[in-house]
Formats: sequence, C-alpha cells, structure tokens
Amino acid sequence: MKESLLYLAVFAIGLVLALLGVLPDVLLSASISKWILYGLLFFVGIQIGSSKGAFLAIRSIGRRIVWVPVATTLGTFAAAAIASLILPLRSLTDCLSVGAGFAYYSLSSILISGYRGAELGTIALLANIFREFMVLVFAPWMVKHFGPLSPICAGGATTMDTTLPVITRYSGTDYVVVALFHGMIIDFSVPLWVSFFAGLG
Amino acid sequence: MIQILLSIISGVAVGYAVRRSAFTKYVSRVIQIIILLLLFFLGVSVGSNKEVVNNFGAIGLDAFVIAALATLGSLIGARMVYKLFFERKKNDV
Repeated sequence: MKESLLYLAVFAIGLVLALLGVLPDVLLSASISKWILYGLLFFVGIQIGSSKGAFLAIRSIGRRIVWVPVATTLGTFAAAAIASLILPLRSLTDCLSVGAGFAYYSLSSILISGYRGAELGTIALLANIFREFMVLVFAPWMVKHFGPLSPICAGGATTMDTTLPVITRYSGTDYVVVALFHGMIIDFSVPLWVSFFAGLG
Repeated sequence: MIQILLSIISGVAVGYAVRRSAFTKYVSRVIQIIILLLLFFLGVSVGSNKEVVNNFGAIGLDAFVIAALATLGSLIGARMVYKLFFERKKNDV
C-alpha cells in the first residue's frame, strides 16, 4: 500500500509540474522514456533469468498448481472483453491490454503508454492500482464467497509481494506457496501479454 | 514489439548467467527506481496532454469498470479451479 502511494505521488508530481509548464522541453520528448523502458525490461529479464522458486513450488503442491495462473489469466481476459462491450470509447485490445496488467500497474502503464499513448497508460495505471486495492480491502469477502484461491487470482502479479500478507491471513498459510508461484508466473507474463495485446492494431 | 522482446530475452540470458552472484539482490531495487522515473515521465506526458487532462473523470471511470470486471472474472476463475482441483484434496494442499 505504501508503495502504491509512492508511485501515485511521483506520477502526480510529474503531472502537476507539466500542468504548471515549468519543465524544459527536453523532458517532454517521448524518446527518453522509450530508452529507459528498454532498460527496465532488460532488468525485468534479469530478474526472471536469475529466479529459482517456481520449480520447487510445483514439486511441493503438484501439477494442479498451474491451473491457478490459468484461471487468473482466462478469467481476467474474458471479463476485460466484456468491459470493452460496456465502454464505448475502449476497444477490445485496449481493455485486454489494461487487463493484462494483472495489478502490476507500474510496468503495465509504462508499456501501454509506449504503445497507445498517455491516455490508455493512465487508465492502466489507475485500473491496476484499483485491482491491488480491491484485494487488500476485500480479501476476506473474496475468500468467503469464492474460496481460498480467490484473493490469489484477484491479486494477479502482486501475490508474491504486496498482497501476500492478506492472502496468508485470509486464505491461510497453506496457500503461501500457491501465491508465490502464481505471482511469479503472472509477473513474468505481464510484459509479454501487454506487448502482445497493445501491439495488435 | 521486437525491441521489447529483445530487451527481455537478453535480460533473461544475462540473469541466468549471473544467477549465483550477489548482484541479483539489487535487481528489484534498480527496477523500482527505473519505474519511479518512468512514472514521473508518464505524469509529465499526461499533464502536458490537454485531452487527457480534460477527460480525467471519464478516464478514471473507465479504469474502475475494467478493474472491477477483471477482478470479478478472476474470482470466478479461482472458484472454478478450486472446485475442480483443490477442494477434494484439501488436506494435502
């Protein structure tokens, strides 16, 4: 929670400074953020390449654990497709790109603004912050009505860090390994899915 | 798209090569700092885009609708997978 507030604050500072018109033009060019973005993805890759945990989790819980990220992904994409029918201004690939952020708001908003501009990037930032926020606030309600896996699927990429404490508390410690495995898989899939959907026309 | 994939893939290769070095401990910190920098730039591009500024309320509403539905969709998926694969074997989870 503290981290999302920090991210929102930094975003807001940039926004206010631009509104006030006090920034030099150099900072307004899109190419700086593009190169920083490639650097970011390189480091995300390093994180993926150097991690170990995923295989250990499969061994301890069995192969059914892989169905949890599948449920998250399919459930999210189906619902995002429905959202595009409700929202007249947002296309199917807009909604799928935003949904594919899986609460990883920082990375997804940056990627999406690179592909589709600042407006959809801002939607991705807000939507994915909302998603994390809902898990932090409604986890007990989720467990009661949708079972112990539900805050894990709802938490998307955050289940190995920011939402892990609430999952541990309301789903039970039995589900910590599931949450870690799930968070890792979804985390890694975010840049791939977002680039895929946002790159489609 | 191709630059994005190349950035990730080269990172994975380097990450695998250095997976035993102490350097990997700092990677998540580096990522966080770069993300902060980029979010600042996202704020700047939003603030200097009149159209986005004037429609901020509508944008927030769209974001909320997508977030609420996406969360609900994943809750339904979670319930199905729990019923299918987890419930009977509760004791050995």
